[in-house]
Amino acid sequence: MNTARTQLALVVILLTVAGLGLTLYKHMTLGFPLLPGRHSPVWTLEAQINFDAEDGPAQAILTLPAAQDGAIVLDEFFSSPGYGINVKKQGSQRQAVWSIRQAEERQTLFYRIQLRLEPEHLTKAADEPASDKPDTPVLTEPYSTAAKTLLATIREKSSDNESFTGTLLQELNSVDPDQNTNMLLGNLTSRNDKVQLILDLLHQEGIHARMVRGLQLEDGRRKQPIVDMVEIWNGWHWILFNPDTAASGAPDNFFLWQRGGKSLLDVMGGSHSRVEFSMISQPIPTKQLALEEAASGISMVDFSIYSLPLEEQNAFKTILLVPIGILVVLVMRVLVGLRTSGTFMPVLIAVAFLQTRWLPGLVIFITVVTVGLWLRFILSRLNMLLVARLGSVVIMVVGIMVTMSILSWKLGITQALTVTFFPMIILAWTIERMSILWEEEGPRDVFIEGFGSLLVASLSYLLMTNRHVEYLTFNFPELLMLVLAATLLLGQYTGYRLLELKRFRSLIGKPLQHPAEY
Amino acid sequence: MPVNLFKWFARPHALLDAGVLSMNRRNLCYVSRYNKRSLLPLVDDKLSTKRLAEKAGVAVPKLLGVIQYQHDVQQLHKLLDHLSEFVIKPANGSGGKGILVITGRDGSDFVKGSGEKLGFADVKRHVTNTLGGLYSLGGKTDVALIESLIRADPVFERYSHEGVPDIRTIVFKGYPVMAMLRLATKASDGKANLHQGAVGVGLDMASGQSLRAVQFDQPVTHHPDTMQDFSALSVPHWKQLLTLTARCYEMTGLGYLGVDMVLDQNEGPLILELNARPGLAIQIANGSGLRSRLEMIETLKSGDNAVSERVTYAMTHFSHF
Ligand SMILES: Nc1ncnc2c1ncn2[C@@H]1O[C@H](COP(=O)(O)OP(=O)(O)O)[C@@H](O)[C@H]1O
Ligand SMILES: [Mg+2]
Repeated sequence: MNTARTQLALVVILLTVAGLGLTLYKHMTLGFPLLPGRHSPVWTLEAQINFDAEDGPAQAILTLPAAQDGAIVLDEFFSSPGYGINVKKQGSQRQAVWSIRQAEERQTLFYRIQLRLEPEHLTKAADEPASDKPDTPVLTEPYSTAAKTLLATIREKSSDNESFTGTLLQELNSVDPDQNTNMLLGNLTSRNDKVQLILDLLHQEGIHARMVRGLQLEDGRRKQPIVDMVEIWNGWHWILFNPDTAASGAPDNFFLWQRGGKSLLDVMGGSHSRVEFSMISQPIPTKQLALEEAASGISMVDFSIYSLPLEEQNAFKTILLVPIGILVVLVMRVLVGLRTSGTFMPVLIAVAFLQTRWLPGLVIFITVVTVGLWLRFILSRLNMLLVARLGSVVIMVVGIMVTMSILSWKLGITQALTVTFFPMIILAWTIERMSILWEEEGPRDVFIEGFGSLLVASLSYLLMTNRHVEYLTFNFPELLMLVLAATLLLGQYTGYRLLELKRFRSLIGKPLQHPAEY
Repeated sequence: MPVNLFKWFARPHALLDAGVLSMNRRNLCYVSRYNKRSLLPLVDDKLSTKRLAEKAGVAVPKLLGVIQYQHDVQQLHKLLDHLSEFVIKPANGSGGKGILVITGRDGSDFVKGSGEKLGFADVKRHVTNTLGGLYSLGGKTDVALIESLIRADPVFERYSHEGVPDIRTIVFKGYPVMAMLRLATKASDGKANLHQGAVGVGLDMASGQSLRAVQFDQPVTHHPDTMQDFSALSVPHWKQLLTLTARCYEMTGLGYLGVDMVLDQNEGPLILELNARPGLAIQIANGSGLRSRLEMIETLKSGDNAVSERVTYAMTHFSHF
């Protein structure tokens, strides 16, 4: 028994020393800040290109981000099994060309760029329009007349190029557009066409305008499309406009990818092509890390999370938070004495809360489980086999999720759509367990356990969304060793739980009464 | 501190001084240390417990029949034909679920403890449901036991709202260490489950005399339904009862055991059920902690003592008076 304790103490010490040691090493030698900073973060942006090859030669051309002040390219990386890659210059813009002799079925190509962005990274374009007047586009009737009429009305309401563009965009986005606008908009099929229409209209008016593409930077985003913007010349400089909100100026955290109307992605020898972006920010650049590591002789970054594709990196942002939730469960059960339904079920609820946010998640969860419990009671009157009963609960949960989404959508409560983030099996399992508890122990126990579970889930959520916790778990995964050490220690705790101090308080102090003194 | 927290919470060291056993300690230092995993199925299944007890010659309610498979249900009629009082229970049930108590016959009908009459078809359906797992943990298919009816000793008559009271004893390494009587109430819906409102009565280990009674963890002096004073209550056949509980150690090999007994008016003490993870409420019912008693036994140097020695030890060392 004592040797087991010694061994455990040894393991705990080892884990603590290793975890803290690696953390300090990364901090002191590699310069990892221990706290999340706000200044000039390093962003990794990844474009994922997918297309279906047509069983022959294939070529994909992706426009790469334009060189710009305030954005320092630290690293660039192309992933392309079997493809030849060529980067060529096209005016101010660069293009990557992937080509292959023979390709079939689904193809996936990656382009990744790592940049350091200064706080004021998005500077105004320095170039000037090449000509005095833009080329006037040719519109067919009846659109030509509609456009002329629309432009005339806008002209009356505006004073210069900038206000003209703003008014035009407002008109195009208004809930109740006039007849001419309706006709022009009715002709559109995609977002791209809308931007093209805006450009055509502006050119018609003699205003220099061009399309600008970029990314709205948000840490941990996956599968983001590129955002189209419109840039106009006001006579002295270029001004950005958001075609959907008519807001002028660059939005916060907007990274400019491409100027001008060239397409972002061209694929030859393939169909159904698309490009999506993932992004993530980290405290210091991977390359710098690698260099400093090479200098110090220990190589860790090659084996670090940073070497994974961004999709996976982003997934790990969540996965690495799970141990924090586990720790909360342990503390609440072993030290406090709360009862939860299912040992680690609260952690899974907390992870779902990360997507739904706390209050909507809580409301959704309680609603689904309550409705499910009610249906399950009806079900329990039918005498049936366990597997079939569990199966029907899962099916009912699916039904509840669909109904809830549709109803709330109709009522305009869009938050309820996030119900899909709760794992179905978890919901079904909770309902099954709660209904058994209700039958065996009564409603009181159901409330105690339900309350305990949601309290633990909420506390986990609170910790998991803490900025410092998020930062530390992802950038210092070696701290997992400390969490493990804490878990091992908690597994040895034989003392009282907080709620036992209350439960057993009648046992202290007073000596037992003799029965005669009853 | 403006609010006195210690009004609601005991200081940990005060509980320690009182020898109170904590749940964490029970799990780590007793249940998982003294109860071998492989032995647990012995007590989880009432049929195997009963067979074990019968083999060891430990008194249990008589097994009148077992319905194991659906096609055996055909024989139910023949089996029950000559029985006028019996109990049908699921082997894997818990919390009193699925226990059908038949106390008499009325022609071809069966009369339940509550006076309600059932036809043979109803009893047969009950058995079919039991086999299908309606009452077992997790809904696993189950076995139905038919055993003799226990008629509670008359001493308990005035103290029980319904059902047969049982006596829970914690047996550690074969030594009975603490005991309590559990009485169903209206609030507990006739179930002898303490956290649902049954009354727990702490019993003196030397005599079986009641020490104090609690309901919902609060001391009570009278039974909430029958209004009887608990101080007059004393469990008869005490030594015989402790001896039976102590023998469960040799019978199962489990070091930390909760033994549930009943007192039948004709048969005396019988073992009803065994539990490998007995709860801690017994400490509240007794007004004293388990830990100090368990540690006394852990420090005993002599090897395994005979049953009678262990009972004597318990009666002399764990008495309140
Ligand atoms: N043979 C019996 N005769 C009379 N009552 C019984 C009998 N067996 C069980 N009971 C009643 O059912 C209750 C629960 O029985 P028990 O065997 O402990 O099953 P469980 O595991 O469901 O608690 C007992 O406390 C008693 O009141
Ligand atoms: Mg029982």
